Amino acid sequence: MVKESASAKLCLVVDDSRVVRKVARRILEDLAFEVAEAGDGVEALAWVRTAVPDVILLDWNMPVMNGLDFLRRLRAEPGGDKPKVVFCSVENDLDRIREALTCGADEYIMKPFDGDIVASKLALVGLL
Amino acid sequence: MTPQDRELIASLCAGRAGLRVDPDKAYMLENRLAPVARREGFGSVHEFVVAARDRDEERLIWAAVEAMSPAETAFFRDPATFDRIVGEALPELARRREGATLRLWAAACGAGQEVYSLAMALEERSPPGVTIEVFASDLCERRLEKAQAGVYSQFEVQRGLSAQRLVRHFEGLDDGFALSPRVRQMVRWRRVNLMEDLTRLGQFDLVLCRNVLGYLLDDARARVLANLQGALAPNGWLVLGETEAAPGLYPAMGRPGFHGRIAATRAVA
Repeated sequence: MVKESASAKLCLVVDDSRVVRKVARRILEDLAFEVAEAGDGVEALAWVRTAVPDVILLDWNMPVMNGLDFLRRLRAEPGGDKPKVVFCSVENDLDRIREALTCGADEYIMKPFDGDIVASKLALVGLL
Repeated sequence: MTPQDRELIASLCAGRAGLRVDPDKAYMLENRLAPVARREGFGSVHEFVVAARDRDEERLIWAAVEAMSPAETAFFRDPATFDRIVGEALPELARRREGATLRLWAAACGAGQEVYSLAMALEERSPPGVTIEVFASDLCERRLEKAQAGVYSQFEVQRGLSAQRLVRHFEGLDDGFALSPRVRQMVRWRRVNLMEDLTRLGQFDLVLCRNVLGYLLDDARARVLANLQGALAPNGWLVLGETEAAPGLYPAMGRPGFHGRIAATRAVA
């Protein structure tokens, strides 16, 4: 459920783990973001077609449509270049990070993460 | 730790390095000193402090002082600072020095994040045709060792460092990330206590000393500022932390004899 606020920025958290979504939601709400959730890439794509978030926190390995496939599809959508995309994944190989950046990710968080890391990355993409 | 232990540690920190340590912050002292006591083979912080006092052994005393000194842990803290150094200060200094080598000094480099941020920024867009030397120093020997190794944990490389810079400047290890030799080799290291005479270091065109002065006692702060001022070449830049460079905060900076430029970290739009 998205809390109503005129000025808060909206973050879509895309992760198949309910626990990760919950942790991310708590951190983001502490940073004054509105938060929406999706459990996989297909759900996320449907979501962004109704409302474009300011930033998407995106898991890599998910069922149905993984993060990288979602990102490619997103960037091809009308207005899909607008949201900042911050990958948030257990993948910590630099080649994988490079691949994510090449596909259009703006930033990358390696799990496990905490509030400092999320804040740091959101600042780097200009949202804090 | 007893109240006497805490008083002793505060007094040693003040005497050796001018550090402001509040002896009433029992948890903080215990927390910082416990790993040192363990490393030195003592069963408790109290035993460690007693040994430091009774033996009057410089090595133990410095281990305590170093543990209590501030340790910054983020890359590119206040990123506009680095843009301003590379985009404004260095081109201006290069014009003034007419081809002479520019000497930069990160005076309290901690575990290296501050000076490596500077080195990465220089590696990415150094002013053309300018030779630059980068020096780094810290009070703490152990932090200097870590800095020289240039290896950081997954947690550390996600504080302030962009993913673009991570993939550009680091290599993955089994347990962490190693800064590329190209960047590491740009920096020369030395242990320096800013309270001591710094003239042996020569003069610098730009000195980066952020978030240090606030941890010092008033007398020590005046002395460190005077030392840094003495280490600054004419028209050099002294780059301080945001709150440290507020006008009028340190009267010494505003006096007519100050020949450098004070820069606050967030003074640029």
